[in-house]
Amino acid sequence: MNKLTISLSPHIHSGGSISRCMWNVVIAMMPALAVAIWTFGLPALQVTLISVAACLATEWAVTRYMFHRPCTLANGSALITGILLAFNLPSILPWWMVIIGAIVAIGIGKMSFGGLGCNIWNPALVGRVFLLISFPAAMTTWPSGVQSAFDGATGSSQQANASTGATLLTHLNGGDTSMADYNFLDMAIGNMNGSLGEVGGIAILIGLAYLLLTRTVTWHIPVSMLGSAALFSWAFGGNPLLDLFAGGLLLGAVFMATDYVTSPMTRSGQLLFGFMIGFITIIIRRFGAYPEGVSFAILLMNSFVPLINKYMRPSVFGEKERRSLS
Amino acid sequence: MTITVSIIVLGIIGIIAAVLLFAAAKKFYVYEDPRIGEIEELLPGANCGGCGFSGCHAFAVECANASSMDGLNCTGVNSEGMKKIADIVGLAPVASQRHVAVVRCSASCENRDPRNHYDGVRSCAIENALYQGESDCIYGCLGCGDCVKACPFEAITIIPGEALPKVDFNKCTGCGKCVETCPRHLCELVPYNPPTPVVWVACANRDRGPIAMKECGVACIGCTKCRKVCPNEAPEITSFLARIDQTKCTACGDCIAACPRHSIVSSSPIKTHLQQQ
Amino acid sequence: MRTFRKGGIHPPENKLTAGKPIVGIPTPPELRIMLSQCIGVPAKPVVKPGDHVQRGQLIAEAGGFVSAPVHSPANGTIKKIEPTRTHQGIWQDSIVIAIDPEESESFAPQARTPEEVEALSPDEIIAIVGDAGIVGLGGAAFPTRVKLSVPKGKKATTLIINGAECEPCLTCDDALMRAEAEKIVKGALLIMKATEAEETVIGIESNKPEAIEAMTQAAAPYPYLRVEVLKKKYPQGGEKQLIYAVTGKTVPAGALPIETGCIVDNVATAYAIYEAVYNRIPLMERIVTVTGPELSNPGNFLVKNGTPLSAILDFAGGLPEDAGKVVAGGPMMGRAVSALDSSATKGLSGLVVIPVSASKRMQEGPCIRCGRCVSACPMGLEPYLLMLQAEHKVWDGMSEHNVMNCLECGSCSYICPASRPLLDFIKLGKQELRKAKI
Repeated sequence: MNKLTISLSPHIHSGGSISRCMWNVVIAMMPALAVAIWTFGLPALQVTLISVAACLATEWAVTRYMFHRPCTLANGSALITGILLAFNLPSILPWWMVIIGAIVAIGIGKMSFGGLGCNIWNPALVGRVFLLISFPAAMTTWPSGVQSAFDGATGSSQQANASTGATLLTHLNGGDTSMADYNFLDMAIGNMNGSLGEVGGIAILIGLAYLLLTRTVTWHIPVSMLGSAALFSWAFGGNPLLDLFAGGLLLGAVFMATDYVTSPMTRSGQLLFGFMIGFITIIIRRFGAYPEGVSFAILLMNSFVPLINKYMRPSVFGEKERRSLS
Repeated sequence: MTITVSIIVLGIIGIIAAVLLFAAAKKFYVYEDPRIGEIEELLPGANCGGCGFSGCHAFAVECANASSMDGLNCTGVNSEGMKKIADIVGLAPVASQRHVAVVRCSASCENRDPRNHYDGVRSCAIENALYQGESDCIYGCLGCGDCVKACPFEAITIIPGEALPKVDFNKCTGCGKCVETCPRHLCELVPYNPPTPVVWVACANRDRGPIAMKECGVACIGCTKCRKVCPNEAPEITSFLARIDQTKCTACGDCIAACPRHSIVSSSPIKTHLQQQ
Repeated sequence: MRTFRKGGIHPPENKLTAGKPIVGIPTPPELRIMLSQCIGVPAKPVVKPGDHVQRGQLIAEAGGFVSAPVHSPANGTIKKIEPTRTHQGIWQDSIVIAIDPEESESFAPQARTPEEVEALSPDEIIAIVGDAGIVGLGGAAFPTRVKLSVPKGKKATTLIINGAECEPCLTCDDALMRAEAEKIVKGALLIMKATEAEETVIGIESNKPEAIEAMTQAAAPYPYLRVEVLKKKYPQGGEKQLIYAVTGKTVPAGALPIETGCIVDNVATAYAIYEAVYNRIPLMERIVTVTGPELSNPGNFLVKNGTPLSAILDFAGGLPEDAGKVVAGGPMMGRAVSALDSSATKGLSGLVVIPVSASKRMQEGPCIRCGRCVSACPMGLEPYLLMLQAEHKVWDGMSEHNVMNCLECGSCSYICPASRPLLDFIKLGKQELRKAKI
């Protein structure tokens, strides 16, 4: 007979694992990636692959040569960071900038804090903001001729000759809030300009539906974040729909603000967190120097997460009654 | 022009900051006895607390302010080192007894059958608090190595394949960290005067003889044979467990030979020690 | 359907033995009856080796206020009083009885007539319950006599009979409710009388339709007695959760349920009280669910106190080859058995045999701060934080974060995607704090 195992209760486990959560997120990102490749052609795939490879390589090197820990690539978190970073980049960014971004994202954004679970800021956003500040021109240069690429179905040849194409938000920041020039349907299905992952609004929402169905994330952060962004967009006289679908708001709400490690633990904390991100995003979009503010808003609120965790604690069962007793 | 202005402005800021820093350093200057620093250099810096103070610095302060070295002893430095410290503060050194830690369990895997497989946190504290361990004996070593982690001098290692800790007497300073860490109170400080070996009962089982025999192959059953053969009556038996009074023990080794359960052990072979004498 | 509000999880039910009848298992040649069978002081033996005892005879009396007497479940001779291993493998004193091989188990004490029962005063009922050695049969084994004695100045209004059985795998309460609904209801009426409660609610989770049906029928004649069907959610059977689910009242943190005027008793306890009061039969056997995916004959067995676990498992088809773990109780809150030669006690509600493949914990990972433990905790605690504090021995911090409110349901460890041993550390912290108090 085998030796009986003894351990503490519970003796069963839900079967969930970190890697399952992470792979669910990867699956949920696939529709948005497909739209990105559809819109921008092969360069989009190229940027994604470079970013993923660089993230994985950085994580592997740091765990192996600095931490001396077993390899952690299988849990998929570096893969997510890689794809998310690529989602935040223009498709025509030079390859070496992508690699710099990936090294900053994993090396400084995650590993310098001690690896998975210890970082304060979303690693992909750390990488993106680093690139945005270091190479502002390259990071805001979008491929021109996306419209025709959509018509021509493949159209990668035109994207090779890129020039600065303005995104919607550049106009919005300039105070032009009319929808006249933009076809909402185009925006929803990805026929617009922007970073890789920003363009496919519907695809991102499909990803959100998948994440909610598999219970990988809860609705609290995306809903409160999008809701507050729409609310303040309306309050400042903007067009809420335009603000939701333009730029990285959806991408941020679904894939970046919901990052477990850098979001609050309690439901109430998550609602506050999402609400504040939405608010800050609209403030930056309307009054800031940058046309886009989602990354800054998320990073800013990431910094507040420890504070939110400290003060937005769950109510202890019976604690109120105990106090009223004594 | 712009450059000049920047340089001048930054230079002025730098000067102001320097003045502020200087003023702050003067205002908040605290005099510290230079001897404290000298003493700290001699200390091991492990902050083990074996001296009874909260750390090496606190001990150094205590030494510098002391009127006598009585009761002040760093377990981490040898008598030579303590003499140096006494010289620094200008006091007469006080000889102190060296202590080492011993583990009062010698039940390797063959001696007590690990009936179960423990699957959980590798921590003696948890295993002891919530289980009786893998074998029947609720007194013996759990082998998860809390003492290894606690030891500031890396003197304790787990013997591979036996799940028992071993104390390296050359490294052990007798600080007592393991004594306070072991949830089953198996570590004990005993006086050690090399080359005389230490003889101790490597068992903590307080169960009655018949149960103790079922539980472990080397459990002390309190048979009192050791006390009978001992010329100095060093072994004392309380609740079915022998314990050697180290002040009486001369390390003659008679009890080791007499123990039917092989629960009494010595740090080095008694024979060699006797031959050397 | 009602349920409790905060936290909770939905583990797979795996109630393989639902619907299986209650089967008595043969008496083994030797019973080893533990003297410490309930929370509190061990019982004191009143027999000595060589004595001949009858089924139902008192063999050990209560050792203190929080303690319960022990009775012999069969005719036999006291062999000796010697230590036996507990489920956890610790040697504790027990009475060993050699069973008479031939003598039939004729045990039919004079039953009380309904009129006699009617005439009993509350104090008399409580005394009978105490003398019959009845303890809470839900698993915690707290002496029922103590529980029924309502403290001075407090008033019991609602009696809640716990038939939630939220633990996966276990079906012993389900089987009992199906078979003996009427006796459970009569037992509940006796508790009502003893505690002077005004109404009784029997809380049953919705996954037991047959039991609900049977209990509803049995409860129909009594207007102050009703069955409340509860939405399935673990840990519904927790005392505070059940009170909230049934009455909507919240027990103050650190207080006893009586603070809300509620008394909670398990269905099996109510049944035992019926047997003790009407038939003068003390508590000496109970229903144990023996289950496991590899067992050839799982079922709900009537097991005599003191039967070795190995004999119970043999009756269920023998311990399978690849048994990795045997759990006494349910898989969520039960304790892993370390010695199969230990014997059944009053608190043993089930034996779950887990195969080797499922008995090992998964590799522990870093906390990814997903907050699932916080959402799952029915008491509103922050298990991730408590574990962190326990790891760093910050016992005061744990106390500040209300660790003593933890009911050890294990929802946090169950749900953690990183398989972190949250409950292990929380239990350690609770123990350290209890130690510090003493």
